[in-house]
Amino acid sequence: MFFQEPTPDTSGYMIAGYAIAFIVMGLYVFSLYLRSRNLRQDVTVLEEMENSAAKVEARSQRQPKKSPARSAGRKSAKTVTKRLQKK
Amino acid sequence: MQPKPLALKILDIAAVIVLGISAYLALVFAPTELVMGDVQRVFYFHIGTAWTALLGFILAAVFSVIYLIIKDLKWDRLQVAAIEVSLVFFLITIVLGSIWARPAWNTWWTWDPRLTTAAITELIYIAYFMLRQGIDDPDRRARFGAVYALMGGISAPITFFAIRLFRTIHPVVISGSNPEAEGSFSMTADMRVAFFFALFAFTLIFIDLFWNRIRLGSLQDKVEQLKLKVSM
Repeated sequence: MFFQEPTPDTSGYMIAGYAIAFIVMGLYVFSLYLRSRNLRQDVTVLEEMENSAAKVEARSQRQPKKSPARSAGRKSAKTVTKRLQKK
Repeated sequence: MQPKPLALKILDIAAVIVLGISAYLALVFAPTELVMGDVQRVFYFHIGTAWTALLGFILAAVFSVIYLIIKDLKWDRLQVAAIEVSLVFFLITIVLGSIWARPAWNTWWTWDPRLTTAAITELIYIAYFMLRQGIDDPDRRARFGAVYALMGGISAPITFFAIRLFRTIHPVVISGSNPEAEGSFSMTADMRVAFFFALFAFTLIFIDLFWNRIRLGSLQDKVEQLKLKVSM
């Protein structure tokens, strides 16, 4: 019993080990939270974009615009028929 | 995105509680080991994280096989989640082992079979994420990832059995003993309580983080689909 070596003081290593374990786990949980928050923001922005695009498409279907090429074609067709009627 | 299920909320709280209890058992309840002193207490978290990490890598290999058969991206999400959480846990295992080795072996690191196989396993799964980052097509990424995770899964049992198959100085605490090991010890009853509770606690924490990571994966997929829709 008298010759037994005393237990070494290795508490510094223990504290370092547990501190690192908790820091690594904490950082991972925080990264999960950050990534999830960013993705949720992305989803809301993308859904808004999708909805606005759908609204614009619906409007354009209700009020079809006259394309310049088509209207020019119609004018030329009218002039041709007028000329033919005159003849 | 669906709101967090009640079961997951309960699991989140339970994970924090069991982690606290496990830390209490390891740091206060378990007696101090006479030869190594307090540093031996890192053993509880070292084994707890190692057990769940290796289990996660094997689970990922199983998910890979299922993905390759079914070709459903859901299994790819599960595989990624298992590997990511396991990678974090295994990093803790390696760091804790290195901290324990300094007073026990008088060195931070040695190229012992167990340490080498553990380092290789960690590097294999870091490379897994690098591989995935380099592939844009989701189906191709999932297929390559599945094959890689399946091959990588072999490293988990090799790491586990390294101390039983090769000459090593790493102690074998569970089911067997290694006469050449340096820093081995026999557990008292109180140490066993702290040890088995740590195994239970880290299994629960793993399940909780795994579930949360799966949800993150489905959110990522949703964003990718929405981006495709908007760009069309």
